[in-house]
Amino acid sequence: MSEVRVLVGTQKGAFILTSEAKRSSWDVRGPLFAGWEIYHMNGSPADPQRLYASQSNGWFGQVIQRSNDGGQTWEAVGNKFAYEGEPGTHQWYDGTQHPWEFKRVWQLQPSLNDPETVYAGVEDAGLFRSADGGQSWQELPGLRAAKGHLWQPGAGGMCLHTILLDTSNPQRIFVAISAAGAFRTDDGGLTWRPINRGLISPGELPDKSAEVGHCVHNLAMHPSRPGILFMQKHWDVMRSDNAGDSWHEVSGNLPSDFGFPIAVHAHEPNTIYVIPIKSDSEHYPPDGKLRVYRSRSGGDEWEALTNGLPQKDCYVNVLRSALAVDTLDSCGIYFGTTGGQVYASIDSGDSWNPIVRDLPKVLSVEVQSLP
Amino acid sequence: MIRVMLPQHLRTLAQVSQEVELPAESAKTINMVLEALLIKYPILRGTILDQGSGQRRPFIRFFACGQDLSLEPLATPLPEAVLAGREPFRIVGAMAGG
Repeated sequence: MSEVRVLVGTQKGAFILTSEAKRSSWDVRGPLFAGWEIYHMNGSPADPQRLYASQSNGWFGQVIQRSNDGGQTWEAVGNKFAYEGEPGTHQWYDGTQHPWEFKRVWQLQPSLNDPETVYAGVEDAGLFRSADGGQSWQELPGLRAAKGHLWQPGAGGMCLHTILLDTSNPQRIFVAISAAGAFRTDDGGLTWRPINRGLISPGELPDKSAEVGHCVHNLAMHPSRPGILFMQKHWDVMRSDNAGDSWHEVSGNLPSDFGFPIAVHAHEPNTIYVIPIKSDSEHYPPDGKLRVYRSRSGGDEWEALTNGLPQKDCYVNVLRSALAVDTLDSCGIYFGTTGGQVYASIDSGDSWNPIVRDLPKVLSVEVQSLP
Repeated sequence: MIRVMLPQHLRTLAQVSQEVELPAESAKTINMVLEALLIKYPILRGTILDQGSGQRRPFIRFFACGQDLSLEPLATPLPEAVLAGREPFRIVGAMAGG
């Protein structure tokens, strides 16, 4: 590997951070799409020069941008996200039914082997697929048939924020929806089922047997073990060893098991990372100390990683899509904060340095390891 | 010619720097000027009118000749001064938060 490219989406534009493999000095380019919210920017595993970006704001709606040259130039592609058939209704805050309304794209996940195919997770929650490089989008409506009428928006909106493509089974996809839960298809997206057994949220969801309504914040898997999933739930860090059929808690000794992102080390499938946040009422690190927690045992036993991170007076948050890893020999870990810092560790989290300190609020971070 | 002024973000998207000019015969009403604009600049589709409902997006406003036309029906005829090219048709992003 000769280069690392970090794709940063912020509240006021996109930034592309690049470095040689040593990751000792960084070039910062941006803002791209200045003034717009970039919820997510992601590269194709099949063609790393093919990038997609979700550009939106409250005035002018949704734009999808595509690059064929690693982000040097961009072209706007299709931005029509029409729910299939009659959109139907979901549950509203007052318990009544409310029509599905498209608001924005939260996540773009390119296919593992075709740069022209890309999935989009949207708010109000739905999954769309494009097979023509983003020019046109078709919904996979079977997802909303998985008890969609019972889904209800959370504080951040009813968003489909996480899409995981199974590396060993092209028919299997996992998604997560805020305040609805995790879902899986085993037939390429035609039919879906909730995979939330074992998730317990007594404060928010008294019904322990509820199939949907669980506030899943993020999912992660290692490509070599796609049947093992890790989850940061609203509260609780969870693990599944059977592709989501059941979950068990692995929060262990974390100072708080509330948080947003979760990630897996590129070369150690049992090494996972979370960034604890004090509570759902106070979205900042416990004790004003920004600490990444690492478990080398797949959960339960956690160590604080603090070297290079602020250990006093730090009250930023790290959002659900703002933690990512590279695949270099010494695995790099990257995360962005709501205060505009992007931190990098080139030694699996042992030590950290800021790449940039003063970007707009960071909404997402993705990393490409380039040959 | 009909002169159309776009907000900065839409000028950037459409890759235009100043006013946009549209043939006068293609745009007698608000709706017609918007449709002519979208035909010339398809990149703007969905940014002014909602793709699903076809209605004006909530934070978009239309002004001309010192008048707010935002709440008028889209079939409303454009003012004569706009049709004659003496005044621009202004598409404005409403002030709505920081």
